[in-house]
Amino acid sequence: MTDTPAIELKGISKAFGPVQANKDISIRVMPGTIHGIIGENGAGKSTLMSILYGFYKADDGEIWIHGRKTEIPDSQAAISAGIGMVFQHFKLVQNFSVLENVILGAEDGGLLQPSLSKARGVLKHLAEEYELQVDPEALIEELSVGHQQRVEILKALYREADILILDEPTGVLTPAEADHLFRILEGLREQGKTIILITHKLREIMEITDTVSVMRRGQMTATVKTAETNPEQLAELMVGRKVLLQVDKVPATPGKPILEIENLRHVDDQGVERLKGISLDIRAGEIVGIAGVSGNGQTELLQVLGGYCHATGDIRVNGTPIDLTGKESDGRSRRARGIAHVPEDRHHEGLILPYTAWENTVFGYHRDAQSGSGFLMDNAAIKAEAAAKMERFDVRPPNPNLAAKNFSGGNQQKIVLAREIEQNPDVLLIGQPTRGVDIGAIEFIHQQIVALRDAGKAILLVSVELDEIFSLSDRIAVMFDGQIMGERLPSETDQTELGLLMAGMTNGQEKAHG
Amino acid sequence: MDLATILQVLDSTIRLSTPLLLACLAGLFSERAGVFDIGLEGKMLFAAFFSAAVAAFTGNAWLGLVAGIGASLALSAIHGLASITFRGNQLISGVALNFLASGLTVLIAQTWFKQGGKTPTLEDGARFGEITLPFAETLSGVPVIGPIYAELISGHAILVYVALACVPLTWWVLYRTRFGLRLRAVGEAPDAVDTAGVSVVRLRFTAVAICGILCGIAGAYLATSLQPFFSKEMTAGRGFIALAALIFAKWRPWYALMTCLLFGLLQAVALRFQNIDLGAFTVPVQVMDALPYILTVVILAGFVGKAIPPRAGGEPYVKER
Repeated sequence: MTDTPAIELKGISKAFGPVQANKDISIRVMPGTIHGIIGENGAGKSTLMSILYGFYKADDGEIWIHGRKTEIPDSQAAISAGIGMVFQHFKLVQNFSVLENVILGAEDGGLLQPSLSKARGVLKHLAEEYELQVDPEALIEELSVGHQQRVEILKALYREADILILDEPTGVLTPAEADHLFRILEGLREQGKTIILITHKLREIMEITDTVSVMRRGQMTATVKTAETNPEQLAELMVGRKVLLQVDKVPATPGKPILEIENLRHVDDQGVERLKGISLDIRAGEIVGIAGVSGNGQTELLQVLGGYCHATGDIRVNGTPIDLTGKESDGRSRRARGIAHVPEDRHHEGLILPYTAWENTVFGYHRDAQSGSGFLMDNAAIKAEAAAKMERFDVRPPNPNLAAKNFSGGNQQKIVLAREIEQNPDVLLIGQPTRGVDIGAIEFIHQQIVALRDAGKAILLVSVELDEIFSLSDRIAVMFDGQIMGERLPSETDQTELGLLMAGMTNGQEKAHG
Repeated sequence: MDLATILQVLDSTIRLSTPLLLACLAGLFSERAGVFDIGLEGKMLFAAFFSAAVAAFTGNAWLGLVAGIGASLALSAIHGLASITFRGNQLISGVALNFLASGLTVLIAQTWFKQGGKTPTLEDGARFGEITLPFAETLSGVPVIGPIYAELISGHAILVYVALACVPLTWWVLYRTRFGLRLRAVGEAPDAVDTAGVSVVRLRFTAVAICGILCGIAGAYLATSLQPFFSKEMTAGRGFIALAALIFAKWRPWYALMTCLLFGLLQAVALRFQNIDLGAFTVPVQVMDALPYILTVVILAGFVGKAIPPRAGGEPYVKER
């Protein structure tokens, strides 16, 4: 291995108006290594990589590739320099085939046929070499997210990239898909490729990287060998103070059942049965965590409970049944019955992004007396209350007039939480509470959830992060294929056992797939 | 109904379909690249006037055609600037261009020719005459096939054949060339095109320019062939029918041909028979005129398969991480 870095950035700075996204960043990435870049959301990781891929132009600084100073004014230049990028949100044409996506922009001539034949051969070769099997004729929209990501990697390799940047690659993957991705990355490293992995998950950094750089507020705070560091140290470098990865909580003292679910069934638009008879009780002062690989019915469970999906079966709150199919089956009616809901997808279901923060703090409760009487809304009162809520939930910046889309992921989630928790509900449904949320905010959100539990509320938590399930739940139910495979106490189980349940196996026996 | 009448209606179907087809393919290029163009009507009208005016001055139909294409391209350039460069609203830009064309053509026509917003009727050399295909005369004696060849296939203006040739050409460009792949991609996912190192702006401008050229030919056909003069609002909503045809054709070239022929047939029947007497009741001519729109609403409502527009259609491209 040579001493010349594959990539060397020297003093890169970039400002968007008054916001300094990158401040005098220097970094050396050695060839044939996996280099992690970790930092909270908004720390400037993605901006830095976008500069490297020619999406933005740096205000200042130099880029050196394999020992040569290189100008990267656009993506074409980055591709020529051997850089490939896998974006967090894939850049694929949905109704094109895999082949068409791979050759787009890298065609060999005016006619498509020769390029397609060549790409078919190259893909076959790449598939064998790196475990990147994808049907070349399949349309992107027919592929799973994991396979779409493989197409993105294939696109880069087809352009003969020897430096691969992956931006939050596991955010959308199931644990099994993530493991497969890591095997692919290891294979690429063996072949001498250089990989930059951007993530905010400490576990991934520890698992796969050789070197890790930490960013905080636009600056590079440290670059260390992964083998010589530990998650606690990295976390501290990221947020600039010690954080509790373990949630501080006293043992639960559950009371009477608040939310009782019995034999809940739901069939979706395509006629597929997504919930196959779910029964579950949640008692006062208890957090029940639903673990499972995403797509096994957790989303539908939340939607049915939250009132925007019809279902059959029984749901009772404090002993009185609620309407599952009729006029009383919508989000507002559920909230009126004391079921608050923090949806999984806060961009589409939790918030109206172009609306202001104060408007977002009353949705679902906008017809309540506190929001005004009769026809008119009492905007002044709502705004004042919103400001107070944002203060209590540490939303930054605490400006109720700002549009929801202008807050970072963590602060958006705090706005949703503030809206739901401040209504003092009996039941809180919460899906993926910390997806795309930075570590500082995760800690705060977890504390709020535990505080609500200690106030004697029933909480249903759905998360694909097993760590989160373990640290928050007082009881864990595992979902697979629309059913609850079993319930466990966190103290009496481990990740291995849950993993087996999540894969549909009980007592070593695989359950028949539906 | 005898063969001669049927042939007459079909013959006029082809004539009436031609401007629809050209405008429809024009819209296809633009919308496949993600630029909605509600201004097909205005571009055609603009081209119709300038082609007739130049043909009237010079006595040359071909110069008229060039002028028509040039005029239509000028409007395309404005649409491109507004909706691609300055990322404005494509619908508003299109509507504005329609108004501009509608007012400006009459104004200039009145200033130049003083015939109440019309151009003088074009002499023979100044308009595209009918072309007799080889053997049309000899074969015309043969029963059935003869008249079909002589009346229906032979004896149209050159622009009719150009329009028909554009269908396989468009298909080939769209699905068999690098340019076509990129064009389709930029209407679906401009970010994918951008990150692949291809210029979104250049691609979209090229598509808008092709749209301008095809609208120019359509307009020139209207005023130098279908009719030998320009008259106020002579496009008569054909740009909008073409847009309807485009949706009906699900943005595909061969379907566009079928749809435009169907819509042309409806127009031809309406022209030929006016109110259709079915014995028990009479179908008023307005029903035939409205049918293209009704059919489009039917397909949009999802009764005849699903018409899914290009995903990035109507959206200016803004770079995002």
